[in-house]
Amino acid sequence: MGEKLPQVQGDPQLRRDTLSRPVRTLRAKMVLLGSSGVGKSSLALRFCKDEFRNTSPTVGCAYLTQVMHLSDVTLRFEIWDTAGEEKYHSVTPLYYRGAHAALLVYDVSKRDTFIRAQVWLRELEKQYVAGSTVLWLVGNKGDLAQHRQVSVQEGQSLANDRGLLFTETSALSGDQVDKLLLAVAHRVYECVGAQQGGLSEWQETPHVDLRRRNHLFASCCKVGP
Amino acid sequence: MERDNHQVGETEGVKICDPPCESNPPADTLATSLSLLGNHMFPDPVERNYRSTVKEEPEDSLSDITAEEESLDGDPHPHQVTKLETEETESSGCQNNVSTQQLDIENEDAATDNDRSDSGEFVVTMLAKAKLEEQGIGVKGRSSPLLEAETQEPPAFMSHRDEDVTADSWRQHRKHVFVLSEAGKPIYSRYGSEEALSSTMGVMMALVSFVQSGDNIIRSIYSDGHTVVFLQKGPLVLVCVSSSRQTEQQLRGELLYVYYQIISMLTQASISRIFEHKKNYDLRRLLAGSEKILDGLLNLVDSDPSFLLAAVHCLPIASSLRDALSQILQKAITPNLVFSILIANNQLLTIVQEKTVIEDSRLEPADVHLLLNLIGASSAFQAGEIWTPICLPLFNPDCYFYAYISYLDPPECTVCLLLLSTDKEAFYAVAECKRKIEEAMMAQNSLSLIAKVQSYSVSQVGVSDLRHFMYKPFDVPDNYRQLTQFTSPEMEAPYSSEEEKMRLLDLYRYMHSRIHSSSRPLKLIYHVAERETLLAWVTSKFELYTCFSPLVTKACAITAITKLLRWIKKEEDRLFIRNPPKYSTTPNPSKSSRGGKSDQQDSTDNGFLSLL
Ligand SMILES: Nc1nc2c(ncn2[C@@H]2O[C@H](COP(=O)(O)OP(=O)(O)O)[C@@H](O)[C@H]2O)c(=O)[nH]1
Ligand SMILES: [Mg+2]
Repeated sequence: MGEKLPQVQGDPQLRRDTLSRPVRTLRAKMVLLGSSGVGKSSLALRFCKDEFRNTSPTVGCAYLTQVMHLSDVTLRFEIWDTAGEEKYHSVTPLYYRGAHAALLVYDVSKRDTFIRAQVWLRELEKQYVAGSTVLWLVGNKGDLAQHRQVSVQEGQSLANDRGLLFTETSALSGDQVDKLLLAVAHRVYECVGAQQGGLSEWQETPHVDLRRRNHLFASCCKVGP
Repeated sequence: MERDNHQVGETEGVKICDPPCESNPPADTLATSLSLLGNHMFPDPVERNYRSTVKEEPEDSLSDITAEEESLDGDPHPHQVTKLETEETESSGCQNNVSTQQLDIENEDAATDNDRSDSGEFVVTMLAKAKLEEQGIGVKGRSSPLLEAETQEPPAFMSHRDEDVTADSWRQHRKHVFVLSEAGKPIYSRYGSEEALSSTMGVMMALVSFVQSGDNIIRSIYSDGHTVVFLQKGPLVLVCVSSSRQTEQQLRGELLYVYYQIISMLTQASISRIFEHKKNYDLRRLLAGSEKILDGLLNLVDSDPSFLLAAVHCLPIASSLRDALSQILQKAITPNLVFSILIANNQLLTIVQEKTVIEDSRLEPADVHLLLNLIGASSAFQAGEIWTPICLPLFNPDCYFYAYISYLDPPECTVCLLLLSTDKEAFYAVAECKRKIEEAMMAQNSLSLIAKVQSYSVSQVGVSDLRHFMYKPFDVPDNYRQLTQFTSPEMEAPYSSEEEKMRLLDLYRYMHSRIHSSSRPLKLIYHVAERETLLAWVTSKFELYTCFSPLVTKACAITAITKLLRWIKKEEDRLFIRNPPKYSTTPNPSKSSRGGKSDQQDSTDNGFLSLL
C-alpha cells in the first residue's frame, strides 16, 4: 500500500492493520504526560485499539506500540503512557527523555490539571531541544461540556504563547483522537524525521516479523476478558 | 542532595534480611519491645483451659492428643481489655508528636475516662462520637465540611471510596483498615473516603498520642465483638477494626502487609525523609491511584491463606514442564536482571534468580505476595508492557527494583511474566528478554501446556473424609534457602460458596492462632467444630492443617494424615518448586542486586522532596 492516507476516521483498523508495509519503518517515541485521571491511558487505548473502557490507574508506566502509515513512510510509535502520579515523578524523565512527541494532557473539566500541564511543560522545556520534540497540548474529556472549567480559548492561547500545538479530544467518544494521532505522526515526520539522526530505522529480523507483529497488535490492543 | 545520598549510603549498609531494626530506630525499638512484651504479658485466657501435648511422631502423639470440643462460637477474646503496655525507657518520648487540632475534639472524655477496664467502651464511644460529628450533629455543634468533600469525589474506579461512612452498612464491614500519619492525617481507609473519616482518624491518633503521653503504647482494644489493633511503623500508624475472630497477632500481621505494600510503592527511606521534612505531609498525594492496590491486598489477605501461612502457593505442574519453563527464563537474561518470575492465574509457575542474589538471601514470601497483588490490581490488562519502580520491603525496604510486567497470552491474559531489574534504564533490554522467552515458549508450545494446568482436587489424595488441607514444609536441608511454599487443593463442596470458603478459612485462622499462640503454643490440635473436624499439626519439618467431615475420630484422622503425608511426599516434585535454577547476569559480582547501589541511590533520592 503506502498510498495516500484516508483522511476520514471511517475505518482506522483497515489503515492500521494493513500487513503490507512501505519500505521504511521509522521508530518514533511518544510520551503521554499529565495529571492522574485526565485520560492518558484512555487516549492510548484509543490510539491503539480505537476503543474506550474504564481503566484502572496506571502502575508506573505502560509501553504500547502503534504503527502509522504515512504516504511515504511508516512510523512505529512507541507510546509511553505514564502514570501522572507524584510517586513516579522520579522515573518519568526516563520516559520523556528522547521523546519525539510529548502529549501534555489535561482534563477540560478540571482546572488544576490544566495548571499541572503547565508545570509539566516547564519541566519539559528544561530538557527540550528545539526541533527535536513535537509538543502537543491536549485538552481531553471534551465531551464533558457541562462541567467545563477550561475553555477552548484558554487552551489555544496557552499553546500559542508557548509554541505548542493544540487539540481538544474525547477519549470517551473518540472525537478528534484519530486525527490527533495522524497529525502528530505527520508533524513528527516533518519536523524530526528529516533531521540528521532524527528518527532511527526500525529493524526486525524477518522470520519473526509476522509473529511479532501479531503480538504487538495483540498486546497493545489488548482488551481484558 | 549530598546529604541525602549520604543517608542512603548509611541505610543501605544495613543488613537486608532484618532491616527495620537499624534503619528506623525509634519506631522499631518500640515495635520490638512491644512484641516482646506481648509474648508474656498477655496470655490468651482461653488457652489456659487447655492442655495439649507436643510430639513429633504421629504414632506417639496419638495417645496424647487432647480433644477439644469447644466450638468457635465461644468467644476467644476477653471482653473489654485494653492492652496498655509500658514501653522501654529508651523509646519513650520519641514519638510524642500529637496532633492537636483533632485532640481537642474529645479531650474531655480522654481526660476523665482513663479507667483501663473501661477503655474498650472508651474507644468505641470516641469512635461513635467522631461519627456524630461527621453527621453534623456533633456535640460541639460543628458542621461537617467533610461530607461535601466526599460527595465531590469522582466515582471512577473506587467503589468503596464513595461509601457513606455514616451508614450502618459502613459500620458492619467485617474488617476496617485505616492508615494515618503521626500527625493524624488520613492516608488510607479501606471503606469510605479518607476525607469523610478524617475526624475518626483524628480520634484514633488522639488515642495513640494520649496513651503515648503516659509513656505507654496502645496495642489493642477489645470490646464486644470488635478488636481494634494498632501498629505504629515509623511515621505511620495503622489501625484495624475487626469483627472477625482473628487474633490480635494475626490482625497485626495483616497491618504489617499493608505497611509493606505502601513501602513497596514509596520505600521506607522516602517515607521517613518526607515526614522528617514535613510532619503533616499529606501522603495521599503520593499514594494517589494506589488505593486500589491496597484494597486488592486487603481482599487477598481475607481470602487467600498464603498471607496467614506466610508462604507462597505455586501451581502444581509436572516437574518436567516446570524445569523447561525455568530453563527458558534462565536463558533469557540481560545485565542487572535479578528475578524472572512466571505466573499463571496469579499463582507462581516458576521463579529464577540471579546467582549472587540467591547466595546471600532468598525472596521472602511477603515480597512475592506484594508482587502478585500488584499484578492483580494493575491495569496491565489494557496496556502492553508495564515498567515500574517497585521496592521489595523484606529484601531491602529502601531501594527500588524496576519491574517489567507483561502478559504472554493476550487476549486471555492469564500468563504473566515479571522480570525484575536493578537498572531503571534497562526497559528495552528487559523487553528483549521477554521476546526471547515468548519465542522459546512458542517453540515448546508452553502456553497450551500451561493452559491445561489446574489446581488439584483433594480426591486425588484418595483419603476419604479428608475435605481440604494446607501443607507447608519448612526449610529442610534439601530445599534450604528456597522460597517458603505451601500446597493446598482446590476448595470444593461443601466449601464452594464464598461464605463457606470464608468459614473454612476462619477455622484455619483459629487453628493457626492456637498453634502459634505466643503464650501457649500447641503442636497438635484436634478440633471438633460444628460442621467439620479439624486437625492441625506442626513439627520441625512442616505445618499441616486438615479439615475432615464431622464424624471422623482422632484415630481415623491420624491415619488419614499419615496417608496424606505419604501422598505429598510422592507428589512433591509436582506440588512445589523444588530446584529453582539460577543465572548469572552480573558481570561484576560486587554490583549485585543489593550492591547495585548506584542505581538505587538515585532512585531513593527520587525527587519527592522537591515536591514538598
Ligand atoms: N467523560 C470522559 N471520561 C474520560 C475520558 N477519558 C478518560 N475518561 C475517564 O477518566 C478516568 C481516568 O482515565 P485514565 O485513562 O485512566 O486516565 P490517566 O490516569 O490519565 O491514564 C477514567 O474513569 C476514564 O474512563 C473522556 O474523554 N471523557
Ligand atoms: Mg493511566
